[in-house]
Amino acid sequence: MSRYTGVTEEDLQAMLGAIGADSLEDLFADIPESVRLGRELDLPPGRSEQEVYEHLAALAARNRSTEEEVTFLGAGMYDHYVPALIDALLSRSEFLTPYTPYQPEISQGGLQVMFEFQTAISELTGLPVSNASMYEGPSAVAAAGYLAKLETKRTKLVASRGLHPHSRAALRTHAPGYGMEVVEAPLDDECFTDVEALAGMVDDDTAAVFVQQPNFLGTVEDLGPLVEAGKRTGALLVCAADPIPLSILKPPGELGVDLCVGEGQTLGNRLDFGGPSFGFFAADERFIRKMPGRIAGEARDVDGRRGFVLTLQTREQHIRREKATHNICTAQALNALAGVVYLSWLGKRGFVELGELLLRRTHYAREALGLEAINPGPVVREFAVRVPDLNAATARAREAGVNPGYPLGRDYPEFSDGLLIAVTERRTKEHIDRLVELVGAPKPAEVGV
Amino acid sequence: MSDTVTVFERSRHGRRAFACPEADVPEVPVDELLPAGAIRERPAELPEISEPELVRHYTTLSSKNFHLDEGFYPLGSCTMKHNPKLHERVAALPGHARLHPLQDPEYAQGALELMWNLQAALGEIAGLPHVSLQPSAGSHGELAGLLLTRAYLEDRGEQRTKVLTPDTAHGTNPATVTMAGYEVVKVGTAEDGGVDLDDLRSKAGDDVACLMLTNPNTLGLFDRNIEEIAHIVHDAGATLYYDGANLNAVMGIARPGDMGFDIVHFNLHKTFTQPHGGGGPGAGPIACSDRIEPFLPVPQVVREGDAFGFDFDRPRSIGKLRGFQGNFGVFVRSYAYICSLGRDGLRDVSEVAVLNANYLKALMGEPGIAEYLPIAFDRTCMHEFVVSGRGAKEELGIKTLDIAKRMLDHDVHPPTVYFPLLVDEALMIEPTETETKERLDHFAEVVRAILDEAKDDPEVARTAPHTTPVRRLDEAGAAKRPVVRWRP
Repeated sequence: MSRYTGVTEEDLQAMLGAIGADSLEDLFADIPESVRLGRELDLPPGRSEQEVYEHLAALAARNRSTEEEVTFLGAGMYDHYVPALIDALLSRSEFLTPYTPYQPEISQGGLQVMFEFQTAISELTGLPVSNASMYEGPSAVAAAGYLAKLETKRTKLVASRGLHPHSRAALRTHAPGYGMEVVEAPLDDECFTDVEALAGMVDDDTAAVFVQQPNFLGTVEDLGPLVEAGKRTGALLVCAADPIPLSILKPPGELGVDLCVGEGQTLGNRLDFGGPSFGFFAADERFIRKMPGRIAGEARDVDGRRGFVLTLQTREQHIRREKATHNICTAQALNALAGVVYLSWLGKRGFVELGELLLRRTHYAREALGLEAINPGPVVREFAVRVPDLNAATARAREAGVNPGYPLGRDYPEFSDGLLIAVTERRTKEHIDRLVELVGAPKPAEVGV
Repeated sequence: MSDTVTVFERSRHGRRAFACPEADVPEVPVDELLPAGAIRERPAELPEISEPELVRHYTTLSSKNFHLDEGFYPLGSCTMKHNPKLHERVAALPGHARLHPLQDPEYAQGALELMWNLQAALGEIAGLPHVSLQPSAGSHGELAGLLLTRAYLEDRGEQRTKVLTPDTAHGTNPATVTMAGYEVVKVGTAEDGGVDLDDLRSKAGDDVACLMLTNPNTLGLFDRNIEEIAHIVHDAGATLYYDGANLNAVMGIARPGDMGFDIVHFNLHKTFTQPHGGGGPGAGPIACSDRIEPFLPVPQVVREGDAFGFDFDRPRSIGKLRGFQGNFGVFVRSYAYICSLGRDGLRDVSEVAVLNANYLKALMGEPGIAEYLPIAFDRTCMHEFVVSGRGAKEELGIKTLDIAKRMLDHDVHPPTVYFPLLVDEALMIEPTETETKERLDHFAEVVRAILDEAKDDPEVARTAPHTTPVRRLDEAGAAKRPVVRWRP
């Protein structure tokens, strides 16, 4: 018996008796001998809790976490501070251990959280409808492509090269299933999406145009002209976004974007080496019946009391099967809870204060580094620079306990000396000044004091 | 204070929970750093609330959830087994929880070794040697499986258009088929609850790309003809896909790879006890055979000597299903689970899961219950079984929905209802291995009490629940005029 099962010998005999079986073996009689394993699994034997803890702790100790170095890594996930109340609330069994709320009468907590989450995402994106979560960012981008296919029946997706490389990769991976092709619109000399080139790619076959705000290199795009160019032939305009910069940036929905999707890790979720976090998916009202995923809606009970239910379920796989608007089932409810708690913790004013702090520190860092900017335009939390002898500079920084950022070469071969630097509120002026010393332009003059 | 108040309605101007870190850099005006057209004109209407009230708000909400740590949760196909508390502790270690996904592999060796070990264990359990941990959930794994099938077939110069799914399949299967660009063709169920072989033979033509199958199937029955099924599918040149939702029944006993499956997905949030979180997170790793391997997503974890790394250079790969490497935090928990149980413990899981299901089925087969809730396809089941509420509906005038709702008043979670579709008024019951005999006895008593009560007064069940924070909600009304966000 393992420590997670509780069948005593006496139970076993009583249960087999009730079943009318002689042995456990009898219960597996339907499995043909020829497909039986017939040996033990080739795995180690079970271990005590203490031994497993020590094994996992030893593995964890071989990773360098953001507690152990000053990191400027971003590129899609960011080292923001997660308040203690999130740990406390998320560890409550009441949130941690239920299934998807199929029985609303005993799931009002989870359903109301979804409704609140949807409200918060709607506020951030400036779009009226949000679902209750997607898996994460790039797959949410791919889901937007699928909605565009269902909506327009067209076959082409145009993606700015400012869209996260993983989002573009996810689009390319999903496209053969959708029966679509993906083409990429270039960036201009300053790493804004090249609006004229994009306009030239959008035609009557185009189902959707994808941009990102701020884009992967950190540039705040001029969304207005992109929206105009992208929607010219009736394609949907999809804007990927990180929620934190939306604290101070104009909501994409106010600029005519049809869908706003993205990665939600920055809202109160841990880095977790890439997941679990959550994706969000917000849309204009007219897409409400084509949305993917769970949506909570307000309802009244038979006594007239206010409550919440999973609504518009006729979109979903368990009802509509092959006609569903998406196949998603289990999403990221617990991570979305972290998101709405985090936004409530920041509050209306705190969210703006945080955004402004990031904006100022980021601009300070870019100026203080004194390196050639790859994207000299406006940025909020992240920017790219050329670093002479990048490998040596990176080695020097890492030696000093600083992770200087994400090298761009793999995703943008034209920037083989490029470094993408992210500044969260955990990176103080002192940290930034250390980075400047380690990888900045060789001019030891005081900056910005 | 009324219970049902959103956090937005608790907002009072001037309250706050957050204190911003010191502004240690020059306070340049925002409009000098951003172009006017890009600046948000009014702040997002987030709540203004103090920390104590924020904690109370969400604690109060939590108290309105029924949850696994509170009681029996026999949702069929969902495998609601105990979530060991150790897993939360190890997942929260800073070396796991605060590790950036783009950390240089040199400084993430522990994480890569964990992924490597988990892949090896899952591959051994499935009997298929190659694993990708990337998909985020079961449905994501299914999509990966069909995209892999498409890439594999196209690599062979074949264009196929159809995917077969049994009429007992999970809803995600047909939904996935459509998303992967194939046409769904349903295969019927034979009298014994397995795949109708004649129907399968007639449909397995050279236009078929794949058969998606669960074994044991959603009726909780092991398909005795699995080898013949694999033979038919492979003869047609198609792949055989294993929906791992029901893997909990066969660990250490039989392996999908040995049954002839080419691609498998695992639900780490079912079989490998990632807490379900009220609707995620999960993870849906896939395992596959040699011929599918070249097409697996990037990156793949590779090992050279004692060092681990990521391989991005996989020219025939389908690419990326999502960002980064997958839901690593889930991998940590499932890996801890596999380490705790080991080879004997995993087999014990399946044996007790099957024992518990058959015991509960025997209890449901007793007089006083069986007349009203007859067992669909009554033979030895695996980890779950299905009963039909037909008798209760006809004899007592209460539907499956009423029985489920009345269970809420008895502090047990109802089984999955109205699925699988081919069973009238279905209740699909999966007790899992972590329940004791006393819990199973209690559930049967609850069922009996509900049926007995309905003989005297069916209205009690028809109007149930009576003791929950809200009673039955008007779902049709909610869908007709959807209110999906709060507005002042």
